[in-house]
Amino acid sequence: MVTSIGRDEVQMLLRDEGAQLVEVLPRREYEDEHVKGAINISLKRLDREGAKGLDKGRPVIVY
Amino acid sequence: MSPRAAWRLETLGFTRVYDYVGGKADWFAAGLPREGRLADVPRAGDVARGDDVTCRLTDRLGDVAAKVRAVGKETCVVVTDGGILLGRVRGEALDGDPEAKVEVVMESGPTTIRTNRTLDSIVERLRSRDVDSILVTTSDGKLVGTLYLSDAERRLAETGGDVEEDEASCNCKG
Repeated sequence: MVTSIGRDEVQMLLRDEGAQLVEVLPRREYEDEHVKGAINISLKRLDREGAKGLDKGRPVIVY
Repeated sequence: MSPRAAWRLETLGFTRVYDYVGGKADWFAAGLPREGRLADVPRAGDVARGDDVTCRLTDRLGDVAAKVRAVGKETCVVVTDGGILLGRVRGEALDGDPEAKVEVVMESGPTTIRTNRTLDSIVERLRSRDVDSILVTTSDGKLVGTLYLSDAERRLAETGGDVEEDEASCNCKG
């Protein structure tokens, strides 16, 4: 079940639970500017292979 | 885009997936840390002075005027206990009935800009409107400080002033 969250929850999950932050916009937009600490997996690359580097044991936040 | 990404991750077996609805536009507007090619482009929040005199709606005008003038200022910014900007009292309004409450003389809803606004766009706007300062807030409406045109011009001169980013074209909704 996907949960929609706001900025405060994002900060809490990053701080307290080691959440992984993923920007799903195209690479160009990510390279221009992104949230500090975020990685980039564009929606087009978000398949089993693209998500291989993510840890299923930790929360994942996408934006 | 992010709701689709979140659902996709769930289908791939991730059990704790969250969708940050506000995305990076919300993050940057709050003045939180950013990275990337444009991360060093100076923004309103980088230049705003956080030394405004603040007051509350129920403060006595005489006390506020004394506080403002003691530090050589001309304006008191009215905020809630949580720092949300409500208005301001300035100039001759400070000379009103000293027993009056701030809310009686306050200018409500002054023009503000967000912390992540680029300096070049701000300078252009302030010059075109012939004003020398503007209040800066976060996306939540919290007061960050006052940005002065002279400070923005100085910072742009230091950084070359050749910022090309166009905020209007930023697709920041991630």
